[in-house]
Amino acid sequence: MEQAIVESERLAQARALVASLEAGDDAEASRIIKSFPENTEMDLFQEVGRLTRELHEAIIGFAMDDKVVQAVQHEMPDAAERLTYVIEMTENAANTTLKAVEESMPVSEELAQVSSTLAAEWDRFRDRKMELEDFRALSEEIGGFLTLASSHSKMLHDNLSEVLLAQGYQDITGQIIRRVITLIQDVEEKLVRLVAISGTARMNEVKKAEVEMAGPAVPNIEQGDMLSNQDDVDDLLSSLGF
Amino acid sequence: MKILIVDDFSTMRRIIKNLLRDLGFTNTHEADDGLTALPMLQSGNFDFLVSDWNMPGMTGIDLLKTVRADPKLANLPVLMVTAETKREQIIMAAEAGVNGYVIKPFTAGTLEEKINKIFERVAG
Repeated sequence: MEQAIVESERLAQARALVASLEAGDDAEASRIIKSFPENTEMDLFQEVGRLTRELHEAIIGFAMDDKVVQAVQHEMPDAAERLTYVIEMTENAANTTLKAVEESMPVSEELAQVSSTLAAEWDRFRDRKMELEDFRALSEEIGGFLTLASSHSKMLHDNLSEVLLAQGYQDITGQIIRRVITLIQDVEEKLVRLVAISGTARMNEVKKAEVEMAGPAVPNIEQGDMLSNQDDVDDLLSSLGF
Repeated sequence: MKILIVDDFSTMRRIIKNLLRDLGFTNTHEADDGLTALPMLQSGNFDFLVSDWNMPGMTGIDLLKTVRADPKLANLPVLMVTAETKREQIIMAAEAGVNGYVIKPFTAGTLEEKINKIFERVAG
């Protein structure tokens, strides 16, 4: 619309210019010519002004978007805290696993070594190459080995259970990392929108889930009313009649 | 005793499966969210359900509610094993009819204790 008005004005000016040139009115002709660049400049200034205003509004809209404010003020620092916690958890799990493995190696080696010594003796006995006195000693050694085998295999089982449980970090850290990814995607989306402003700032409705899942508790992060251990959970449940 | 373990992380399913085997429960099956679990529960004659809360598809709390609303499954004992520790959420699970609530990370002892408690109550 504006464009059409501008064009018809220019056409009128051009006709007036031709008319004044044909009439030999130099003063009028030069006045008309001088008015052209001024008009163009005015249009340009107006357009720059409009874009500036829109950009300004978009930035204000961006800054006022609750989700962005939330992201900048809380979620970004929280994300760093969460990721630090991930490092801590993976480190703990690795240490627990390594400790259990390091304890188990010598135990299994001892079992292997004692049993191979006994096996050699046992072969000697089966080949009837053993004196009675030696057999008495062997029988005592076998008795001792059976006790050792029983306590060592229990120790190995306990260490393996510890390794098994330590793998729980994968679930928890996975959940925490997923949350950070969601946050990054949110912010990315907002930034892309800011960059791609095409006139008006669009405001997204902030959608809230019915029950927001808090996710794994992370130390030093405000996540609402979180219970810190199983005992607290048990107390709460028993207060509810469990 | 036929048990269904529902968790979106396969490592956690493996941990629970191994712990249950240690406790003498060898007939365990797995599902990775509520949507996969539901048809298994409806056709599988399960005696016990162990479920996570936060899963894509159908969450554990929705699975619990669906189970309680299904006349065939309404009495199935359900143990929630989850990293969700918000007071509000635990109360919601209790109101939805959960039989036990274990928070991650947990110990073998805690899992055993809660399972025993559930079965004592179911038997008694």
